[in-house]
Amino acid sequence: MIKIEKRNDVSRSIYFLTPVLAIFLTLIGGAIIFYILGFNPIEALKFFFITPISDLYGLSELLVKATPLCLIAIGLSFCFKSNNWNIGAEGQLIFGGIVGGGVALLFYNHDGFYVLPIIILSGALGGMLFAMIPAILKTYFNTNEILVSLMLVYVAKLLLDYLVVGPWSNPEGFNFPETRQFSESARMPILFDGLRIHAGIFITLITVFLSWLILYKTYLGFQIKVSGLSLKTAKYAGFKGKTMIIIVFMISGACAGLAGVGEITGPIGQLHRNISPDYGFTAIIVAFLGRLNPVGIIFASLIVALTYLGAETAQIFLQVPKYTGQVFQGMILFFLLGSDYLLFFKIKFLGLKKNEL
Amino acid sequence: MSFDLNFIGILIGAIMASSVPLILAASGELITERSGVLNLGVEGMMIIGAISGFALMVVTDNLFFAVVGSMLSGLIISLIFGLLTQSLLTNHVATGLALTIFGIGMSAMIGKNFVGIPGKEFPLLFLNLKESIPFLGPIFFGHSIILYFAFGLPFLTNYFLKKTKTGLIIRAVGDSPTSASNQGINVTLVRYSCILYGGAMCGLAGAYLSLIYTPQWIENMTGGRGWIALALVVFATWSPIKVLIGALIFGGITILQLHMQAVGLRIPVQLLSALPYIMTIIVLVVISRDSRKIKLNTPTSLGQIFYKEK
Repeated sequence: MIKIEKRNDVSRSIYFLTPVLAIFLTLIGGAIIFYILGFNPIEALKFFFITPISDLYGLSELLVKATPLCLIAIGLSFCFKSNNWNIGAEGQLIFGGIVGGGVALLFYNHDGFYVLPIIILSGALGGMLFAMIPAILKTYFNTNEILVSLMLVYVAKLLLDYLVVGPWSNPEGFNFPETRQFSESARMPILFDGLRIHAGIFITLITVFLSWLILYKTYLGFQIKVSGLSLKTAKYAGFKGKTMIIIVFMISGACAGLAGVGEITGPIGQLHRNISPDYGFTAIIVAFLGRLNPVGIIFASLIVALTYLGAETAQIFLQVPKYTGQVFQGMILFFLLGSDYLLFFKIKFLGLKKNEL
Repeated sequence: MSFDLNFIGILIGAIMASSVPLILAASGELITERSGVLNLGVEGMMIIGAISGFALMVVTDNLFFAVVGSMLSGLIISLIFGLLTQSLLTNHVATGLALTIFGIGMSAMIGKNFVGIPGKEFPLLFLNLKESIPFLGPIFFGHSIILYFAFGLPFLTNYFLKKTKTGLIIRAVGDSPTSASNQGINVTLVRYSCILYGGAMCGLAGAYLSLIYTPQWIENMTGGRGWIALALVVFATWSPIKVLIGALIFGGITILQLHMQAVGLRIPVQLLSALPYIMTIIVLVVISRDSRKIKLNTPTSLGQIFYKEK
């Protein structure tokens, strides 16, 4: 007989071990899917998870992809911790990219140390303002933030499309849907010659550190945690719920905006239609896999970044579509959420230890 | 522009056709939500339905198998969501998102070998009546059987929820799972059934796209319709008849947008394409502002995990 009991306290070691279990189960699940599709599962997994990072260029690419993922996920952790479901980070990323890119285009024939900081700040501001739309509608009009933030993703995508096809398209670009190349001083400095890894990684690391400070060392962080655990307690304690909702959305939007501006001034160098391969959505998985914890999110962003690289490698060697990465991302989240069951429930095998009854 | 009556009839017919996937998916999700479960995986279940329907059509050369198969695969993939949220008590929002991400990836993997294959002609009913009756002909006739089913579904759903015992049980489970459970109702079983039904309807909605509306397989071909269907359920304040009205409005915007592009009005294409999304937000604001109205209809336990001590 198996008996299932609710745990009274959440086991700390299991809390951080279940993500590892989830990754392990995802690999098994992936192997099964590859086998069914007629591939050699071991070889396919090797192409997916080992080949991409077996040289220096691959490792640099891993960090290039982890940089925005980690940054967005850190921002989202503020929202998710306080039970605010911002799932429109992709839109906030794109809008941040649009605002930052617009400023970069204004400065396209300027040189100076001040150009890049202005672009970065305006990008963060753009993302922040865009995230305030669902926040304000939620607080003052009682509107569901999941749907609003998501609808705004499509609005941002279409706005970007309009700009790069129409008014912002490169005058010397033969009508390609893209803007001018940004000037040198509008680009993130490259850290090593020949690799694409750029200074944006420092923005991410600083943000991680600041988030840790805010979440664990300030009154705001305390409010966020309490509101996440129990809204009633938060109300009883007299926390200003509305202000907090707007603040967490602003933080989250600013992070996504920073990620967007980091992409366009880093690896991309201009605006075009596809400035993000759904980083904003994938970062939701990163946030959960990292247990909404700043350090956890760093590790999680590296693992999820690997699924992007893996999908690219597998596309070349196995001719599978690039969306294959999403199969792995979805599975990671499935297994992670599922294995959380172990957190809250004890499985007891009755009859084995009679003295425990 | 000529405003002859027949043209308007054809236009209305086109609007009806484009609203079908929204009606099907939203009606399914409505039942799921009425039982207290918020499944954000609509987009993922639709795209899985789209590829399975198309793949089965190519492999078996039988449209009946394709349609039934798409419903079955929608049901199977929603079972993952059911297992996680109902048996393993996971968070509904996160699980639904995972389902959408997984579904889009999985459909692309399955669909790899089906890109570029032409679709099969789906039989349309009463084609002769469509031609012979001006104005009303193109509105009422010449559609696929799935369209007629979709337009009947909201009324059936309404009757089912309001007048049948099972419908009452579903609403009771959604409004107060604890008291329903105390009455001897198996809350988990009811919720499982509602999730699976929602999955099957989303699968059918996907198959309508890949078999009838644009008969071919394109990666990511649902293009956000699943999310609009989710918004529609809130838009309709969980009332099936209003789902039908909402779906027609959204279908109308889509078709209008295509026609305005064709006529060459000097409005950016992207603004027109953004209209359905902006409209959704505006409507959400208008209906949510009155919190009493929302509370009256929202399933009280929506999205909350139900756990019964054993």
